[in-house]
Amino acid sequence: MKTLNEIEVTKKSEFKSTDTKMEFVNIFFAGKRYRVLKGLTILKALEFAGYRLVRGVGCRGGFCGACATVYRTDGDYRIKVGLACQTMIENNMYLAQLPFYPAIKAFYTVDEIKPSGDLFLRYYPEIMKCLQCNTCRKVCPQDLDVMRYIAAAQRGDVSRVADLSFDCLQCGLCASRCPAEIVHYHVAQLGRRSYSRFMQKPSTHLSKRIEEINSGKFNNEIESLIKLDRKELEIIYSQRDIEPEEEIAPKKDED
Amino acid sequence: MSMFKKTNEEFVHEVELLSGQNLFSCYQCGKCSAGCAFANFMDMLPHQVIRFLQLKKVEPVIDANTYWYCAACLTCTTRCPKSVDLASIMEALRNIMIRENRPYIQVFSLPVEIIEGFPQQAAVSALRKLSG
Amino acid sequence: MKLLYYPGCTLHTVAVQFDQSTKEICKQLDIELIEISDFTCCGGLYPQTTENLMQLQAPARILVQAQRTDPNLELMTLCTFCYNTLKRTHYTLKKDEQKRNILNDYLEEPYNAKVKIVHLIEVFRDDIGYDTIRKKSKRSLLKGFRVAPYYGCLLLRPMNEIELDDQEQPSILEDLLYAIGCDVIEFPYRFDCCGSFHVVNKPEIAEQCSKELLRYTEQFHANCLVTCCPLCYYNISRFGGTDFNFQIFYITQLVGLALGIEPIKLGLDPEIINKFISDSYLV
Repeated sequence: MKTLNEIEVTKKSEFKSTDTKMEFVNIFFAGKRYRVLKGLTILKALEFAGYRLVRGVGCRGGFCGACATVYRTDGDYRIKVGLACQTMIENNMYLAQLPFYPAIKAFYTVDEIKPSGDLFLRYYPEIMKCLQCNTCRKVCPQDLDVMRYIAAAQRGDVSRVADLSFDCLQCGLCASRCPAEIVHYHVAQLGRRSYSRFMQKPSTHLSKRIEEINSGKFNNEIESLIKLDRKELEIIYSQRDIEPEEEIAPKKDED
Repeated sequence: MSMFKKTNEEFVHEVELLSGQNLFSCYQCGKCSAGCAFANFMDMLPHQVIRFLQLKKVEPVIDANTYWYCAACLTCTTRCPKSVDLASIMEALRNIMIRENRPYIQVFSLPVEIIEGFPQQAAVSALRKLSG
Repeated sequence: MKLLYYPGCTLHTVAVQFDQSTKEICKQLDIELIEISDFTCCGGLYPQTTENLMQLQAPARILVQAQRTDPNLELMTLCTFCYNTLKRTHYTLKKDEQKRNILNDYLEEPYNAKVKIVHLIEVFRDDIGYDTIRKKSKRSLLKGFRVAPYYGCLLLRPMNEIELDDQEQPSILEDLLYAIGCDVIEFPYRFDCCGSFHVVNKPEIAEQCSKELLRYTEQFHANCLVTCCPLCYYNISRFGGTDFNFQIFYITQLVGLALGIEPIKLGLDPEIINKFISDSYLV
């Protein structure tokens, strides 16, 4: 580590291309202009420009919500948002990273909360200030109906909150734009936690599998795996069944 | 008024604009104060608020709790012989204070023990009216 | 007949008995309720100032949703807060076209100001008729049972916008209670405030208001108070529960009892209700 800065500039962009076919665009990061290759995501463009990202980057697959970015495109007055790993850069794009949003977070022990109608009011009373401006819905990079799950939280409908907010990545962009200062994503998390703790049916498969493991059903198989060397393991690993891929593959063929 | 960067005249004018009422319609009969359910909690009676505003004396009105204690039940508005919408004037005063970033309550000052079995509309109304 | 139904925030949690009893009555009276899906909050109290566009968004959204669900149906609400807010918002947006146009820019779907908002007691009066209710009443179980109708502050005010009944001399609740065979008292304190939202930050105000109201009820020898408002119900039962010998009902619970629906389906404790009624007043 050279410095303690979370986003640390390691070198200036000194990329010199001899290939004239390569196209470049301008982006502005924190007010400074960088020339970067066209067709990159924001995250890759920042790295191309020479930044080494320590915070504000995570899975790079659009799942973790660490790389929320606020940006504006040329000629448009509106502030847009997106995940840096998923959003493609455009020419003259103005960027600011939002790796963390200092939102309030209620402290509770999941076992001690009561999934009653006043659950959300108890921990996040500010949801009652919602003006229903729908800004949160418009800003959500996951396209969730944030306003409606806050409405569900207002009326204490825990399962609806859990349902509507299921794809939330906790990027915090909704909270950054809310005129009523609501912390939507933490409200949603409280809803999902209390739903899964108190309302969701426990999975029968899991308890069955745990019983099987405890009874020693897989002991022989595990022992035979332990004896294999690395190459044999790699072969087995690469030939393993991956369920989602099998499901997706035929659909692609049909298209 | 130094704390508002607003003169008393401007303040009263803003009250009139926001409430849409002519303060000089009031002839001080006191019917509003007689019917007000919260009059005995108030520092200043509702008709006195109007009188002070008519005289452009803003400070005592701001310092009184009258407009925060108004629950917008519209009893005064219903009964006013001069059809002054007093509830709107109170709302205008609340709105001005909230716009000046001087709300009456903060969200986290809500007493927790009262929240049990609480009708949501009370919290929504209270936070909208008292904290902006 | 069919009605769009907007329950509001409270009816599915705090005031669930109000919701239950309404659904039971509507089943008996052949009213089909179509509940608005995934509804938002109405915003509580109507914003009274002239610059209220921001706070009008919430009720306007519900009106838009009603218009989208079925533009030909009336929108029925039960909670007086919702009723008052929605109706006043509708009135404002209908009257003030400029305001409506500005607001429509912020809504995803424009509001055409054609939704009709009704309260269930309005449906009883105008569409079903008190005679029908009287004929369908199976029990005169409530005869001799002195009932004080309690309007609260928001059901009728302001009269020129709500247009439900006269704001100082109403009879809509009384008429309905007569129709189901109740012994209705003339209750002069039927508009007195229960303390409203002050219960949130100044519970002592709500306590004093509610207790005062109950003292009057006692003075008039009423056995119960009938209301349409979940907040009145909460304040009065919370602050007067132990000190006073009285019952508080939602209007739909009494109508349901008269129509012969079992108390448990109306969210009432059958033991208490049977005892309370049969002990003294069963005819």
